[in-house]
Amino acid sequence: MNETKKKTNFEINQVINEPYKYGFETKIEKEHFPIGLSEQIIELISNKKNEPDFLRKFRLNAFKKWLKLKAPEWANLSINPINYNEITYYSIPKQKKKLNSLEEVDPEILKTFEKLGISLEEQKKLSNVAIDAVFDSVSIGTTYKEKLGKSGVIFCSISEAIKSYPKLVKKFLGTVISSGDNFYAALNSAVFSDGSFCYIPKNIECPLELSTYFRINDKDAGQFERTLIIAEKNSSINYLEGCTAPQFSQNQLHAAIVELIAFENAKIKYSTVQNWYSGNEEGIGGIYNFVTKRGLCLGKNSIISWTQVETGSSITWKYPSCILLGKNSTGEFYSIALTNNYQQADTGTKMLHLGEKTKSKIISKGISCGFSTNSYRGLVKIGLNAAYSRNFSQCDSFLIGSASAACTYPYLDIWNSTAIIEHEAKISKISEEQLFYLTQRGINVEKAIGLLINGFCKDVVTMLPMEFATEADKLLSLKLEGTVG
Amino acid sequence: MNDLLLKIENLEASINQKNILKKFNLEVKENEIHVIMGPNGSGKSTLSKILTGHPSYKIENGTIHFSNQNLLELSPEIRSHEGLFLAFQYPIEIAGVTNYDFLRIAYNEKQKYLKKEELDPLQFMEFIQILLGKLQIKNEFLNRNLNEGFSGGEKKRNEILQMLVLNPKLIILDEIDSGLDIDAIKIICEEIKKNRAANSSLILITHYPRILNYLVPTFVHIMIDGKIVKTGNMELVQYLEDNGYQEFV
Repeated sequence: MNETKKKTNFEINQVINEPYKYGFETKIEKEHFPIGLSEQIIELISNKKNEPDFLRKFRLNAFKKWLKLKAPEWANLSINPINYNEITYYSIPKQKKKLNSLEEVDPEILKTFEKLGISLEEQKKLSNVAIDAVFDSVSIGTTYKEKLGKSGVIFCSISEAIKSYPKLVKKFLGTVISSGDNFYAALNSAVFSDGSFCYIPKNIECPLELSTYFRINDKDAGQFERTLIIAEKNSSINYLEGCTAPQFSQNQLHAAIVELIAFENAKIKYSTVQNWYSGNEEGIGGIYNFVTKRGLCLGKNSIISWTQVETGSSITWKYPSCILLGKNSTGEFYSIALTNNYQQADTGTKMLHLGEKTKSKIISKGISCGFSTNSYRGLVKIGLNAAYSRNFSQCDSFLIGSASAACTYPYLDIWNSTAIIEHEAKISKISEEQLFYLTQRGINVEKAIGLLINGFCKDVVTMLPMEFATEADKLLSLKLEGTVG
Repeated sequence: MNDLLLKIENLEASINQKNILKKFNLEVKENEIHVIMGPNGSGKSTLSKILTGHPSYKIENGTIHFSNQNLLELSPEIRSHEGLFLAFQYPIEIAGVTNYDFLRIAYNEKQKYLKKEELDPLQFMEFIQILLGKLQIKNEFLNRNLNEGFSGGEKKRNEILQMLVLNPKLIILDEIDSGLDIDAIKIICEEIKKNRAANSSLILITHYPRILNYLVPTFVHIMIDGKIVKTGNMELVQYLEDNGYQEFV
């Protein structure tokens, strides 16, 4: 190895090790529950939130299932044992009375969101996005409620939905992801604190993009949010989700659930930029991110589309999936997963084709740097009755440095011979010749790597909604400077 | 008298402990065309990569000065900003990055370095249109990914387009004629001749004298085993045509 070469590698490290900019902690008074998990704690959560009986039962039932379940061990992840009795399951910013408007929110919390680049003050907002902000266990506020209300769209925190629209919640909660679906889903069903709820009535194209911004602040608290989106016949919605957390040396647990239901001709587009704290360069700290996301294409011609940009978390276990039940329904999954240092990601999707002529498309881009491992895991299942169904999958991996790993686990389970399945996969390494070519043209190594990564991810980035693409760009360029445009 | 642009003195360089350049000397003044010819493996391409700062090569000894600066202290991108341009023998393909984005970033990086005005996407579109017109290249060229799926001729023309965008002082053409038919060689050479910056100089690395019909050299150098063994003019080229490299080895 000569000097210059070493220097190049060093520069690469600098680029991908951009420090985490969202790692600050907000000092506010918090209301804590005792640590640990038991029926009493669940009762306490339910009582605290004044929940109807059906929900208390739902939680207790889920808790019983959780006790019998084991954490899944099939993923390509090595996870330190988690002591579920050392976690606080409910943490809220202390407030004296019920909030009626954003003006009553603790200014420290508003400042936190301002610092994150999210303005909750509607008059200051230029973009066409309504936001629900979730701080630790509770929703802080939802913007543009009135404007949405005029078109009949319901967008509020799930706690509020439970109070104001209990029938809707009761009808749909847990129908796509049952309370005993898996270990983490059961845990969430038992203790979920808050999250967002959207209901788009028949024939309504949601006039704004809806967005939830999740912030974990408390060191010892887990975050268990739950999102439920229902799109009635002929409706459509664009939903965006962002996440950050402060820097702590201990791992924090995040186990979320997102359920989507699309009726006939409805379209749900769900985009995520996940930037939870990923731990330091030695792999200390960071969020354990265990998320169950699933959409049900119930009606014919319905469409559910997942787009995710995963840059954070020390461990990511996440498979946004589609159940394609309605005839001619479509499921899509577009993913960018960037891992660095000692981050581990095992992410992908499940496309379950149950109805006739259902279609699915999977485009996954994994980028591994440092000592990280980045796995794509995907299942395409074509059921017995899913005649003439189609799937296209493309899984590309990009390696930076020589200590990172990329794995691809595509599973196919085909029960109908009329199905057409295509799978493409490629793995590439950042090449010195590419870098040299770009630097010879006056583009420094940092920008050149950004450009290469950007080119690699382009198929997916273009799928992000306009309002979100810029934010995604910003988050991606935290680790990789030099985005195009 | 033209100013000295490049001065290489006693340069020794290696890759993987193998010496490639051995006490190599060369001086290039402004507005000169130098041709370096030599058998395979004599170190011609290595020279072009060392000048532009490829990280795989190690400089053992000697100095390179470019526009009175110590070139060996400059990173590849600074060398580029200072006016050094290498037209690659095999231009690299880059997926997902459009030619347009690439050209604009490269242009603006140089402008930034020179503390000159950067161009926004619309302004750059106007600027690049003029250059496309000079080379008679169609607009769609800009929307394609950098060199991806380009034919051999298209790749070389793209190198020339980049040269026009960056307007270098010293242009190194590494076998620009390889993979091109006779007509294409002529067109490319005419374009270089017509469009290179005033007072800029050329170093041509080639096996074939044909290119020299279009770009008439000031000096012809014969490079054998890492150093220049003979310098002359077009007559030397004719001599080589008749007798080969035998007597210089």
